[in-house]
Amino acid sequence: MSSVISVSEKQLSQRTSLGFWVYLMTDCILFASLFATYVVLRTATAGGPSGSEIFEMPLVLAETIILLTSSLTCGIALVMLRQRKIKQMVVAFAATYVLGIAFLTIELSEFIKLISEGYGPDRSAFLSAFFTLVGTHGLHILVGLIWLLTLAVVLSRRGMTTKLSRQITLFGLFWHFLDLVWIFIFTVVYLMGVAV
Amino acid sequence: MTIARYVLGFILSLVLTLAAYAVTLGNKGAAWLLAVLVVLAVLQMIVQLLFFLHLDEEQRPRYKLWSFIFMAGTLLIIVVGSIWIMFNMNYNMQHMSPDQKNQYMMKEYNKGY
Repeated sequence: MSSVISVSEKQLSQRTSLGFWVYLMTDCILFASLFATYVVLRTATAGGPSGSEIFEMPLVLAETIILLTSSLTCGIALVMLRQRKIKQMVVAFAATYVLGIAFLTIELSEFIKLISEGYGPDRSAFLSAFFTLVGTHGLHILVGLIWLLTLAVVLSRRGMTTKLSRQITLFGLFWHFLDLVWIFIFTVVYLMGVAV
Repeated sequence: MTIARYVLGFILSLVLTLAAYAVTLGNKGAAWLLAVLVVLAVLQMIVQLLFFLHLDEEQRPRYKLWSFIFMAGTLLIIVVGSIWIMFNMNYNMQHMSPDQKNQYMMKEYNKGY
């Protein structure tokens, strides 16, 4: 640290965590706009299919449980990080990574199937809003997976440092947050979509 | 921040998820279903905020909690406000025939703004 007022590691960690938290809150507002758009347009099917006709609920439930489990393994990894058990941490994050890939694969296969059936985002306002909302969440998952990979590369090259430890904690916040957003996609888009 | 706490949060979330799934497939079309789903989702949100994001372990000043509350307020204004306004618009347009709607839209369009 080159600043005149020295900052303890704990203070620095709390500050970066708060800053990242505020970013997550602004991301929530982004998702709020997409949710509002989706809810308003969900009945504007323009003669195309409605949600209850195209959603494959068993697959969506599988996605939900996979993402929830990846949130658990991510949390276990953070506990291991705190206890300085780096090997166990890597194993838990590897599980998180595999589950994240599985989630994204199911989501992409759902998208590809819909588009190949002619139900792409250009079919109706409902489908535009659906692809934008769910796709934005999927994009966040993809960014999370790339982030986790870069953290793994840094760990393998330089070993564990206080800076890396801080960054891994932020990744944990990000991953848990994505699961939180998914609860509402699962509820508002899928469950309420087939409820009516 | 312990593994036991994470596992407890995971089990609670899983139970709430499966409950929401089962109640939806078993009661399609029921008038109370949407309200139950909202309650279950908010409960799971609270579970994850406590058990995964450790919002309760934050020390004073509780900036994370307050920024979350501010975000939730903004979110409700955006989502509930949009639903409210669009429902009203659809409701008010229902009293016109398609021809009347077209005439009304053309009149508005010709105003030039």
